[in-house]
Amino acid sequence: MENRSLVSLVDYTKEKLVYLLQMAAEFERQPNRHLLDGKIVATLFFEPSTRTRLSFETAANRLGAKVIGFSDPKVTSSTKGETLKDTIMMVSNYADIIVMRHYLEGAARYASEIAPVPILNAGDGANQHPSQTMLDLYSIYKTQGTLENLDIYLVGDLKYGRTVHSLLTAMRHFNPTFHFIAPDELAMPEVWKSYCRDNNIRYVEHKEFDEDVIAGADILYMTRVQRERFTDLMEYERVKDRYLLKLPMLAKAKPNMRILHPLPRVNEIDYAIDETPYAYFFQQAKNGLYAREALICDALGITLDEIKA
Amino acid sequence: MKPKELQVAAIENGTVIDHIPSEKLFDVVRLLHLEQMPHSITVGYNLKSQKMGRKSIIKIAGKFFSDSELNTLAVAVPNCSLVIIRDYSVVEKKKVTLPDTLIDTIHCPNPKCITNNEPMRTRFHVLNPALGIVRCDYCNRETTLAEVTVK
Ligand SMILES: [Zn+2]
Repeated sequence: MENRSLVSLVDYTKEKLVYLLQMAAEFERQPNRHLLDGKIVATLFFEPSTRTRLSFETAANRLGAKVIGFSDPKVTSSTKGETLKDTIMMVSNYADIIVMRHYLEGAARYASEIAPVPILNAGDGANQHPSQTMLDLYSIYKTQGTLENLDIYLVGDLKYGRTVHSLLTAMRHFNPTFHFIAPDELAMPEVWKSYCRDNNIRYVEHKEFDEDVIAGADILYMTRVQRERFTDLMEYERVKDRYLLKLPMLAKAKPNMRILHPLPRVNEIDYAIDETPYAYFFQQAKNGLYAREALICDALGITLDEIKA
Repeated sequence: MKPKELQVAAIENGTVIDHIPSEKLFDVVRLLHLEQMPHSITVGYNLKSQKMGRKSIIKIAGKFFSDSELNTLAVAVPNCSLVIIRDYSVVEKKKVTLPDTLIDTIHCPNPKCITNNEPMRTRFHVLNPALGIVRCDYCNRETTLAEVTVK
């Protein structure tokens, strides 16, 4: 049988990504569908992530499935030394699909190779988090009406932020121009800049983060600048406020501009901005539900036509 | 002219792996699983070599490896020489070439990679054979063969 697991979006074609976005749109139109009646979805969180787990479990419930699993690895036998393989094989006896989050990189790929049921990667360490990327794509598509030819500004931690790297990869099909705005210590790594050059992705690096720079943005993708990422704490103190988004900085923003953030935010987006039409991060999180309904259905072999029927 | 003196006794049939940098000797043992073999194996360690200064050599009597077995050596000793002996004569000389995929031959240098935390095989794709750049199929970390240890 074809392995329908989703480990990473890297190898997905443009057509496949667009197809999944259409599926997500269908679920936004009507989230409650009995497509998975009688099915069991397991959510195995070897690393806690309440936000992602709730989103997946809501998606499963709205599709009519029952959910089993654990949200805290302390309650499982993996702390007693059970291998990932044994846990996956055991749960495969019960569930039709496994949604898995793990702190180790490559855990999802390995699980997908051994499990008789599809694996959905809900994040494997610093490696991949495809459902986050899918909801980012869907949010961009929904707010801009297209994914083509957009100016996407990535702000904050561009070194460790896996969401921004996955977004680069997924957007390569759509002729974007990326703009990188980050402190020197957290700048976009050279390996990703060379990835952009190899894939004909235009990118611009900005020193400033102000209203004139923001004026060019279709999407402003904010991330957290975390203190623990800095080797030089003096440097952190010097730059920490420079990547905060304040209301006056939106003075010249294009009307279609939307602000995304993978959440949780700390202080990088001023609360006054929540009231403006530019703020989209809560809706973005909600889009995660539709994106995850689409990913679960696709992994179980349910097609767009069947969803529409 | 003085007759050439063999530093390690000749074998009748089998495989000779020559020009091994001495510090890589045990990598070769591990890659070919020599420690599990019933064959007679002669090892010369830290021998004088005109080409290399010091080298090691391994002679495995009565054993002929497949090319894919021998090519795993490319991860540690890309410049070694392979000599196939039959009836005390050299019947074939060859070099190793790096395969496209390395299965369970090297460790991933990423401590947070699943392969370092689970009893499982590693798998790498060779991205650039000339520069020895490989990528872990699991964590996607790119690395060079100079930085990895043999499994
Ligand atoms: Zn790895």
